[in-house]
Amino acid sequence: MTNKHTDQPTGEVENTATNAAGVGIGTSTAADSTAAADVNATATGSSTTDNDSATDTVSDNSANTTGKDVVERPLGVFTRPEGGRGWRDWLSTVDHKKIGILYGVSAMFFFLVGGVEALLIRLQLAAPNGSVLSADVYNQVYTMHGVTMVFLFIMPLAAAFANYFIPLQIGARDVAFPRLNALSFWIWLSGAIFLNTSWIVGGGGADCGWFCYSPNSGVAFSPSHGVDFYAVGLQILGIASLVSAVNLIVTCLNMRAPGMTLMRMPILTWMLLITQFLLLFALPVITVALFLLMFDRLFGAQFFNPDAGADPLLWQHLFWIFGHPEVYIIILPSFGIISEVIPAFSRKPIFGYQFMVASGIAIGFMGWGVWAHHMFVSGIGPLSVAAFSLSTMFIAVPTGVKVLNWLATMWDGKLRFTVAMKFAVATVAMFTIGGLSGVTHSVAPANTQQTDTYYIVAHFHYVIFGGGVLGMFAGIYYWWPKIWGYLLNERLGNWHFWIMLVGFNLTFGPMHILGLQGMSRRIDTYATGYGFEAWNMVSTVGSFLIAFAVLLFLLNVWKSKRGSPYLQPPGPDPWDARTLEWMIPSPPPVHNFDTIPSVHTRDEWWHRKYAENEQGEVVSVVTAEEAAQTGDAKGVHLPSPSFWPLAVAVGFPLIGYGIIFNLWLALVGGLIVLTSLYSWAMEPADNPDTQHDDHDHLQHDDDNAHTEDHDNQDSQDSASESPDDNKDNKQLTVA
Amino acid sequence: MMTEQQTSTNLSNTKLAMWVFLGSECLLFGGLISTYLLYKTRGNGRTLPAEVFDIPFTSVSSFVLLMSSLTMVLALSAVSQDNREAGRVWLLATALLGALFIGGQVYEFTAFVREGVGFTTSPASSAFFALTGFHGVHVSLGIIMLMSLFIISVKGNLTQRNAETVEVVGLYWHFVDIVWVFIFTVIYLIPVE
Ligand code: HEM
Ligand SMILES: [Cu+2]
Repeated sequence: MTNKHTDQPTGEVENTATNAAGVGIGTSTAADSTAAADVNATATGSSTTDNDSATDTVSDNSANTTGKDVVERPLGVFTRPEGGRGWRDWLSTVDHKKIGILYGVSAMFFFLVGGVEALLIRLQLAAPNGSVLSADVYNQVYTMHGVTMVFLFIMPLAAAFANYFIPLQIGARDVAFPRLNALSFWIWLSGAIFLNTSWIVGGGGADCGWFCYSPNSGVAFSPSHGVDFYAVGLQILGIASLVSAVNLIVTCLNMRAPGMTLMRMPILTWMLLITQFLLLFALPVITVALFLLMFDRLFGAQFFNPDAGADPLLWQHLFWIFGHPEVYIIILPSFGIISEVIPAFSRKPIFGYQFMVASGIAIGFMGWGVWAHHMFVSGIGPLSVAAFSLSTMFIAVPTGVKVLNWLATMWDGKLRFTVAMKFAVATVAMFTIGGLSGVTHSVAPANTQQTDTYYIVAHFHYVIFGGGVLGMFAGIYYWWPKIWGYLLNERLGNWHFWIMLVGFNLTFGPMHILGLQGMSRRIDTYATGYGFEAWNMVSTVGSFLIAFAVLLFLLNVWKSKRGSPYLQPPGPDPWDARTLEWMIPSPPPVHNFDTIPSVHTRDEWWHRKYAENEQGEVVSVVTAEEAAQTGDAKGVHLPSPSFWPLAVAVGFPLIGYGIIFNLWLALVGGLIVLTSLYSWAMEPADNPDTQHDDHDHLQHDDDNAHTEDHDNQDSQDSASESPDDNKDNKQLTVA
Repeated sequence: MMTEQQTSTNLSNTKLAMWVFLGSECLLFGGLISTYLLYKTRGNGRTLPAEVFDIPFTSVSSFVLLMSSLTMVLALSAVSQDNREAGRVWLLATALLGALFIGGQVYEFTAFVREGVGFTTSPASSAFFALTGFHGVHVSLGIIMLMSLFIISVKGNLTQRNAETVEVVGLYWHFVDIVWVFIFTVIYLIPVE
């Protein structure tokens, strides 16, 4: 064993060197996967180390530095597994946790931007004949509100959870392609900034509504550059999401810890995986639409020009083939989150795990067959209307299954109403309201009355705010201690929760009534005498309550952080939870797991802590503190940071501005992208070392040896870490 | 050897990633092909693309592209057997056949424009150029990848160990070829009306 340990670092060096040979563009991924390879190799390698054999790993290090052809790798190996500090570290990080935080913080920033836009809308509509915004600016504000909330807030927030927790929940050291992961984030950020610069350099924001129907989106009706920024910006964001979808799918499928079969993956990971598949297949469709729109507006193509015989429905179809799956892209991560939160605070496993997974998959498939319910009044013909009406009603079934499962999970559980749990329960309730009004839209005749009224606005805010955003807040409160190592204040959290819930219902509840009274969506103002006044005022008051609740949340973050040094740290597992991320310290060490855990059952972590005695009662076997890893493994081999992802991403907005304003600029952007990609491919995923071909076979054998070793180790692992987890593979139902 | 890593599916990360990515590409081309099919008869009162198709010419260039798939297979098998010389030759041959195809496409485009079918002529022509142009860009990217492999090989760094890289580039290349077979059949061979 010791022998192998001293061999291992050398082996890795060789493995890296092999790929230092680096190959062109095509291999930017290949080279990247080397990092993953190493992550993997280390994973197997170090699982031969028990928690207490830190000395072993130390000897590793000395071997490393004294070994004859080992070159110094100041970046390749974090000798103490804590990353560096400072802004440079954030710009070059490839750590999935840091990238998750980057996503989360940026998403929150854009939540504020989109929120200010929402408040402007509500101010304008508070009373009849509003004059806060001109009609033109109003169009821009609601469009950018929708676009910002969807593409710059809720999707990246989901990406934050995906990045941070997928590797932790499946027991991996990182994602499959750490540098591509950084690339996704930076491209996303560059696209987000690009999109918003249209306010400054584009003559205003896009003004065509978030789904930007043609021919309204044509130059004739929308002469500013706003829609150009929309078309190009969303393509950039799409590239980011696509790269990240590929990366996360491979991560989920390939990087699972030993024993983590698909049907043992936590529901959050499952829902995020389904989301990534939806992104994978939905994004190219909107990319086509945006691409055509871009060529129409900027290069005189005829895709959406009715005068030349183009069909305006083409855009609607392409957009909604993307758009409806997008709805699930928004909601499934939140479903995943509350499927972790509710069991944890009910002290029960999720009810009907298989049904949860299956209904998620069913939603993922059926989501592709309902898009034309957005087009019932577009003249698509009675047969299509009937078919899509039916399919839409059917998709409510798997969704209903989920709701019932959450309720059944809580049923008879030992409920703890923490703020996270409150948000989760509110998510179920609010989503159910939104889902039910959704079913009313699926009835085509009713839809004809409701479409493009405030009834729709009410419906989708119940779904995406009530179902999506509240769920995200549940996740934020739940995982905050894991990410930051201190708890959010529950008292302030309660204020945040209740004010947000009340504000939410005051804002969007009345919109149902307004819509049924006939108030159109997207009108910049209304005259007196239609009976719209009172409810609009209520709605505006509600929206400011939401804003106040968001401020309370920020205050909570600030106060909790300030107070944290005086409080007991939360420890690895403050909620007595069930999944693997809770078996490592809070915040997690850079290398995540000291020892890659072997998984024997669903809710592995719970089963390490608890077992059933002869009477069938659940008894604690070890405390979380005892069972958790200490996080002080040393010399764990990690992929090196890199500035190239950032450099590549810088090129994209330049290409964007270039396409809109001056093609030379696009050329410059393109060159930046290309040279950065090349430099990236040439830079090995780990720091370059020696190139000795003859050692490769050694590495290869070594690898296998580790695998075998690892297999043997499995039993010992469980012996030392959780003596009981072999015998309690069955689900625990009572606690 | 990087193909031998332990992954949960036993497929290497890179290869799986390429498969997943190609899944996404299917919908990209699906969208463009549907657009063309919807618009193929909407000529805005001008000449339709289908009226200027030169089927024999495009058949030849399609054949060239198909042959490049064959050379790609040969390149991969040479590299996997560590036959570096042959690997280099076949990689270059693949890239050249691809370039020949692109040359044919450029010629075709200019010929069409001369006959009055430009990118901005009609919905039909816009859709035609968008689809085939998009495919052409894909082929060109493939050529860049192949040439990168070739240069690496000339430098002596493309060994058996990199067979998987060649395989992944090959996957992409075959995909682009298959898409062309589809485009050729659906767009060129099935007559309009
Ligand atoms: C602070 C809370 C929010 C308020 C007060 C608010 C208010 C509104 C209002 C009044 C409209 C209708 C504008 C019109 O039709 O003239 C609207 C549209 C929209 N909102 Fe919100 N919203 C909020 C949060 C969100 C969130 C969190 C999301 C998504 C994650 C979202 C997504 C959308 C979308 C997609 C539209 C449609 C824009 C369009 O018609 O093109 N909103 N919002
Ligand atoms: Cu829909």
